[in-house]
Amino acid sequence: MLIQRPSDIKPSEITSESVYLSRRSIVAGLAASALLPSIDANAAALPRAGTLADVTKSPLSTNQPPNSWEDVTGYNNFYEFGTGKTDPARNAGSLKPRPWTVKISGEADVTGTFDLDDLVAPYALEERIYRLRCVEACSMVVPWVGISLASMIKTFKPNSRAKYVAFETLYDPEQMPGQRRRVLTWPYREGLTIAEAMNPLTIMAVGVYGKVLPNQNGAPMRLVVPWKYGFKSIKSIVGIRFTEQQPETSWNMSAPREYGFYANVNPEVDHPRWSQARERSIGGNSLFASKKPTLMFNGYTEQVASLYTGLDLKRNF
Amino acid sequence: MRHWTTTQRVTRIGKPLVFVSGLLPLLWAALAAFGIAGQQLGANPVETLMDHFGNWSLYLIIAALAVTPIRRLTGWHWVGRFRRMIGLFTAFYVTLHLAVYALLDQGLAIQPIVEDILKRPFITLGILAWTILMALSATSLMAVRRRMGKRWQQLHNSVYLIGILAVWHFWWQVKKDITEPLLFSIMLAALLGIRVFWRCQRTRSARTSAVTPATHGNAPSM
Repeated sequence: MLIQRPSDIKPSEITSESVYLSRRSIVAGLAASALLPSIDANAAALPRAGTLADVTKSPLSTNQPPNSWEDVTGYNNFYEFGTGKTDPARNAGSLKPRPWTVKISGEADVTGTFDLDDLVAPYALEERIYRLRCVEACSMVVPWVGISLASMIKTFKPNSRAKYVAFETLYDPEQMPGQRRRVLTWPYREGLTIAEAMNPLTIMAVGVYGKVLPNQNGAPMRLVVPWKYGFKSIKSIVGIRFTEQQPETSWNMSAPREYGFYANVNPEVDHPRWSQARERSIGGNSLFASKKPTLMFNGYTEQVASLYTGLDLKRNF
Repeated sequence: MRHWTTTQRVTRIGKPLVFVSGLLPLLWAALAAFGIAGQQLGANPVETLMDHFGNWSLYLIIAALAVTPIRRLTGWHWVGRFRRMIGLFTAFYVTLHLAVYALLDQGLAIQPIVEDILKRPFITLGILAWTILMALSATSLMAVRRRMGKRWQQLHNSVYLIGILAVWHFWWQVKKDITEPLLFSIMLAALLGIRVFWRCQRTRSARTSAVTPATHGNAPSM
């Protein structure tokens, strides 16, 4: 026998599913408008797809020709979608880059969970054409679109104990099927010293080739640190934490002898299993193209060498 | 055709078929290199080619090592007639794999190649496996086999070593995802393990037959 009790909640009082699902962004939006003083309430949200408007060119861009859209979006390392280089382009459709919130925590005055649009909208979008050097000795030139990480960080007012910035990728095996296998310890983690994070070269990218970042490139927002090996440039970020201690980083946790915390591009410090002295440029028809020498700090010595004065780069690889 | 003997079937149909099949991975590489029939080498063609030939080398060495167990377990003795061809195709694809590395990846730059061989253990293993394989290929002709007598079998037993070196080379090369090297290791362990098992059995039965002379035939080779 089925005993029924009259419901004491009227249907009209039940929060609709769409509102329920976006509760975090609503809360975050309230938090953001209250806590982020520099946010322009009228700033337009980022488009969900297609072309990004009002992108300015940056003097920090290289004048080398960028790789094709096909290379940039079809040859990726993103283990959350499989360990093959073409897996991410095939499998990343399951990622839902909106709604998206980022949790800011740790040693900063402004912390909380913020909607992605509120975090990015206040700042000018810049095109930054950067060299990208993979730890596996190949390289590309990528026309990112993003904002300076330094300006974003200043909004959070990190305190004097904030020596490092730790980043975390989304953990959701439903959206990221590669996380069903424990190839790495999920979620993916990366970190920078606060000085590295504040360097003018460091950006949070939200686009590539003037368009919204495709899922396989780390949508909706990823780090780009052009003088470090690619694995430092963490994708699909949901957490930023300011810490006093050096944070744990995924590849370092999995193979500390092979991948250090700094992971600066350095032709003189080989990976234990392969040479880092030269690199292969990715690009159509390079079957007979020879490798080219890898540059110290990936060619960004002028901008970043001062970050490491007095640091033994062989030991702190 | 129905009245053909097994030998005729092997030489007239089997061998040409295996030979043509053995060239298919090369055909794919050629099509993909020129972008014919929708085949592509992708964003990193050198890596794709090297992996392609490397993978086929591994499949073929496993196939070569599977010949004897298949023959013994099924009783299909004719399978053994394909062993040399499979072995030579293995040597062919390992050589192509090495050629892509030396010519296309390193651009025949002697110093980096020598450095790699001396400093990178996985490359050392690979070169070692290739060298032994070349010795086996050079002595694969029946005439050479006859002239070498007992030493031929001793030399060709190093195929087990080649199998181990090849899988080990693969294992040390991968960055993190060990699924494929693990699969090859399991297959290799099974193929070597069954031989160890048979050998133990044979030693035991040999000991028994020492007491009561029995009618054991010739021990199968490999």
